Order: sequence, then structure tokens, then C-alpha cells
Amino acid sequence: MSMGQGHKDHRARSAAPLGWNNPRVRSFVYQAAVLIAVIVTVWFFAATAQENLERLNISSGFGFLDNTAGFGIIQTLIPYSEQSSYARAFFVGLLNTLIVAVIGIVFATLLGFLIGVLRLSNNWLIAKLAAAYVEVMRNIPLLLHLFFWYFAVLRPLPGPDESLNPLPGILLNNRGLILPAPVFDSGLIAFLAAFVLAIAGGIALIFWARKRQRDTGQLFPAWRVFAALVVILPALTWLVAGAPFHLEFAEKGAFDYTGGMRLLPEFVALVLGLTLYTAAFIGEIVRAGILSVGKGQREAAASLGLKEGTTLRLVIIPQALRLIIPPLTSQILNLTKNSSLAVAIAYPDLVAVFAGTVLNQTGQAIEVIAITMAVYLTLSLLTSLAMNWYNARIALKER
Amino acid sequence: MKNPLVALIVGILIGVGGLYFFLPYDPLSLIGGDTRGVVASGDGEARASAGETLRRVRDRGFLQCGVSQGLPGFSSPDERGNWSGIDADFCRALAAAIFHDPSKVRFRPLSAKDRFTALQSGEIDILSRNTTWTMSRDTQLGFDFVGVTYYDGQSFMVRKNAGIETAKDLAGGTICTEMGTTTELNLADYFRSRGLSYKVLSFEKNDEAIVAYDRGRCDAYTTDASGLYAQRLKLTDPDANKVLDDIISKEPLGPAVRQGDPQWEDIARWTLNALLNAEELGVTSGNLDEMLESDNPRVKRLLGREGAYGEAVGLSPDWAVHAIRAVGNYGEMFERNVGTETPLGIKRGLNALWTEGGVQYAPPVR
Repeated sequence: MSMGQGHKDHRARSAAPLGWNNPRVRSFVYQAAVLIAVIVTVWFFAATAQENLERLNISSGFGFLDNTAGFGIIQTLIPYSEQSSYARAFFVGLLNTLIVAVIGIVFATLLGFLIGVLRLSNNWLIAKLAAAYVEVMRNIPLLLHLFFWYFAVLRPLPGPDESLNPLPGILLNNRGLILPAPVFDSGLIAFLAAFVLAIAGGIALIFWARKRQRDTGQLFPAWRVFAALVVILPALTWLVAGAPFHLEFAEKGAFDYTGGMRLLPEFVALVLGLTLYTAAFIGEIVRAGILSVGKGQREAAASLGLKEGTTLRLVIIPQALRLIIPPLTSQILNLTKNSSLAVAIAYPDLVAVFAGTVLNQTGQAIEVIAITMAVYLTLSLLTSLAMNWYNARIALKER
Repeated sequence: MKNPLVALIVGILIGVGGLYFFLPYDPLSLIGGDTRGVVASGDGEARASAGETLRRVRDRGFLQCGVSQGLPGFSSPDERGNWSGIDADFCRALAAAIFHDPSKVRFRPLSAKDRFTALQSGEIDILSRNTTWTMSRDTQLGFDFVGVTYYDGQSFMVRKNAGIETAKDLAGGTICTEMGTTTELNLADYFRSRGLSYKVLSFEKNDEAIVAYDRGRCDAYTTDASGLYAQRLKLTDPDANKVLDDIISKEPLGPAVRQGDPQWEDIARWTLNALLNAEELGVTSGNLDEMLESDNPRVKRLLGREGAYGEAVGLSPDWAVHAIRAVGNYGEMFERNVGTETPLGIKRGLNALWTEGGVQYAPPVR
């Protein structure tokens, strides 16, 4: 706001009498009234709930979080046992939700971009296949997707006794995909240092290559060198430091393999369902974004001699992104929230562990549901915040 | 009013003051005033009082009964939506005792996860849904159990060819179960106290749990033994599976009501006791009319020919007659729904009367 306008405002305000006819006084009274209505409503419901809980002799408060949980969880990213507290069970569930959401978002975004681009392909067959994918996937309820993928993943897989063994050390059965787990020995620090160094060097290289391209117009295959660096440098250190980790292979127990790393069928089915379902929506968003870029842009790029792929990467996508990001944010939020359907196929996410088992063991519905709601709200707001920041960064800068 | 913050605060103060002076009632006095709102019970008073639930059920004209989503023998609907099973029959007996008509009951199928909230919030009048009576549920959730309709215990179902004879053989295995039940905790206790490892997969509904077990995702499926017999019928090949003899927990299953209305609690408790006493006294739905002429004072008291036991809980003197006519005595109810002649084929065992070697024992009507 410029100085002049503020000055004018000030004069207008001081000129009007402080009565009901003053628009400022009116608007403040209205706003205050709405605020009070909100506060009174919230207070009324809270007081009602409190009174009823007391009357019905239902215990309340958050003290239950310290009590022993006493139940097992099949997938835990942090150490957890039956003796752990409900609070710990909450974090186990939260992390399980986060990992599904993050992996789902990455895959759904990649697949969605691919579908969106393919749907605009000049190849009739590819375009129609992409269109069919979108129509089939987005028109089937997500819960059915999950049941389908869960039981579809489960059905053809053999029991632990007849595990498939596609590669040495890798096992596939209806208890999951079992991989060898890395076990770290001495010399780990050198290895990690080499890894970090390779990445830092690679990033510096990319900046240098960009600068050189700006200054001289010469291209340098920075990404390829980056990839080579990240693989070769740590591998060399690994050899020099004398193999600082080895792989631990799963061993056959009475029923099942123990040890190693394991991807549960529930996890795979959930990620598959969420990814395939959300990718269909993202595909349409990407298509809309690309179509919003004027035909002239593509023709101009072509007339400059840019290749098809380069045109897409340097001309079309950056402009399309402005239209893609806001609706894409909604889809990412949807995916995170939809992951709560995990409870149907026994994946131990936040809703299954906390709003399911913990709620039932403690009976403290209001507290548990409030915490769960607060978590999803926080996750969604943080995601929005990040996406809005990105959106502002790529927005059209008017100069 | 140069400072908007000052204006806002003044506005709020005026608003609060106005609200305080002009509201025709104190907002807190509203609590319990609306029988359809958040507060399920309440009749213009802040506290739930004796007789209120019965009054509301009578005004409504039918009983709201929370049952399972389909557990053969306990509460399961047929293809026409008629519910059968011990738990469903108990609600019919209760409806008959109140309305003299066993059809005046509406069944509300509830998942294990939702059942307690449904009772707490007043969505249902009674929870008759194979629910285990435990101390924490009785003391912390705001309701009271009225008795035991079925003495059960947790066990395991396994494949016959898996070479599992006792529950201990399951060490290291994966076990499927239903979420939010005592089975999850019993399972943890059992394996933890023996230092054995296990993996648990908790499904929201037992339908998916049983399919997952059927597809070989788990080595065992666990729930109460009665439930195992019932769920076994849903498998593709029931005969290839067996229920282990091990019982790892006490699971007294019984109906529960909300705390705070002693009269309603008494009605539910004594309807169950009436069915048990009827069996003990040899009163069946078949010989009810002869028994009404009986000289046995215990029978006379049960059937309302002597004393005013029904009136004491706000019902008619012949309340028990209607309950027994509707569903038979406890033994009839058991045999019809889960007994040896049914597909479940469960023996009376613990659920026999105390006079016949079981633990079913009802206090006398006197």
C-alpha cells in the first residue's frame, strides 16, 4: 500500500463519526459477533461432552497415552514391543502412514505425469490406452482397488515353504518380499562420508555445468557424471575400507523366514492401490496443464530447432506446471488421507493402530479421534505449505 | 477507534455481555434437554435417571439392539434380513418382556470397533454382540454388563496339514484376527509370557481376516472358540481346518447397558436370569401353559402368579412368560442356535446349568 492511500484512509476514518453508520465500526462488530458465536459453539459442545463423560462415568484425559499398549504390530519402523506405551504405538502408526503416503505420492506423481503425457501422444494406440487407464482406474472406488490388489497380490503367491527365489537372497511368498538386510560393521563413517561427498560434488558439478552453458552455450552431461560419481566413489571407499557392511540373509524358521528386510503384501497392495488410483487423476491434471500452453509455444520451440523431448522439458512443462501444481496439491492431500483405508486390509497405519486398536482398548474415543484428526490436519497443512511455496516459486514472475 | 485491536476487543466484550444478558437460558442448562442430540439420554434433566431408558424405549415403540455384522449362532441375518442367534434371541426376549411382542426390536449391526461408541452415544439401548465382560470395559467405558449369555474362551483355527497340535507350535507364525477385540491382547499375553515370537495381522472386519487366512496369508486365525466354529463354515474347505483344544483366555460373553439407569440394567439382567431359571425349573416354550398352573412356588414366582416381581422393574407381572414364549428357556435358545444339531455343533460344556456340570447359575426370583 502506498503512503498516499494510507493517508486518504486515515482521513476518511477520522471524518466519519463513531456510530453505526461508520463502516469500520460495523464490520468490527460483525466480526466480533461471528467470533463469539464460534467460541460459544465450541465451548458449548466441549462442555456438553465433558458433562456427559462425567455423567456416564467414562474416563477422560490424555493420561492413557503412558499406559502399556499390550498388543503387537506387524510393521514397526521404530523399536516397539507389547510392553511399549500407547504413545509409542501412536508413533509406530504415524510412521507407517507417512511411509505409505510418501512412497505413494512419489509413484503417483511420476506415473501421473507419464499417463498425462502419453494421453496426448500422437500414437493413436498409446493415447487410447492411456485414456482407458484413466477411465477405468478413477471410476472404481478406492476401497475396491485395495481389496482387489490385496487379494490379487496374495492369490498367486506360494506359501513360505514353496517361496519363489528369483535372485539369490531374494524370496517372494505370501508373507511378503524378503530381501537381505545390510548389517553395518566398522569403516561405516568413511563409506557414508564418501557418499555425502559424491552428492555434494555432483551438485557443484551441476551448478558449474549450468553456468558454463549460460556463458558459452556448450552442453555438459552433468547428470550422467553425477550418477557415475554417486556409484563409483562410495564403491571405491567400500573396497578400500574393507567392506564395512555385509548382507544378512533371511533364514527359514518353523513357519516363515526370519531376519532380512521385508515388504508386507499389505504394504504393497496399499501403495499399488493408492498409486494407480491417484495417478489417473494426476494424469488428467497434467493433460489439462499441457493443453493450456499455447500451440504457438510448441511451434516456436520447433522453429528454434529444439527436439520434441527438449521442447517438452524446457518449454511446455515449466509453463504447464503453473496450472498443474494447485490441483496436484489436492491430489497429494487426498492420497495421504485415503491411506487411512489401510485398516480394511490390515496394514497397521495410524487409523488402524491408533483410532482402531488403541481406541478400543482404552475406550477414549474423543481423545483418540481428536489426536488422529489433528495429525491428519497437520500433515495436510504442512503439505499445502510446501506445495504453495513451490507454486509461488514457479509462478509467472511479472517483470 | 484508531486501533483495530481495541475495536475488536470492545466488540467481543459487548458481544459476550449481550449474550450473557439476553440469552433466555443458561447454555449449560441445555445439556440433556434434547433427546435426539449429542446427549442420548436425558429428559429435561441433567442426569440420567432410573426408568428413563425404559420410558424412551416404550415411547419409541421398539428396542434398539446392537448386534454383530454376522456371526452364525450368535447374531447373523439370513437372506431376507431376519436375525437369528443367541445374542439376537436375547434381544427378542427383552422386547417380549417389555412389549409382549418379540418382533418389536430393531437390530443394528456393529463392527467390534464401533460397538462401544454406539452404546455410549445412545444409538442402541443394549449391546448384545458377543462382547467379553472385562473389568476395564465394565468400569471405564461407562456401561455395565448384565450377565453371561455364553462362557467362551479364545482359541486358534489352523490347517490340518500344518502339523500344529497346540498353540505353542504357532511360535514364529503369523496370526490373523479382528481389530479392537480382547483377542489382540490375549494373543500378546500368551506369546509374551512364554517368550515366543509371533506376528499379528489385525483386520477391521472378520470377513477379510477369514479370507486372508483362507488364502494362506496367516498360519492361524484366532478369536473366541465359538466364533472359530462359526467362521470355519465360511472357508472354502472347512474340513481341512481344525480348532485347537487350547483355550488361552476366559471370555465371558454377555449383554451390556449404559451406566446410570439401574432399572434398565435390572430389566436386562433379570430377563437373562429368567431364561436360565426357566431351564432349571423345566419351563419351556412348549409346556408354558401347563406350567402356568403349576403349584411349585418357584415356578409361580418366575411366571408372575405370585409376588410382584415384574412391577418392581416397571414391567407387567407376566414379563417372564412373554420372554420364554418368545425364545424358549436358555437351553432351548442354546440348542436352537449353536447346539449339536446345528452346523456349529457346539456342546453345552461350561454353558450347561450348574446342576449339570456347567457354570450357568442364575440367582433365584424371590
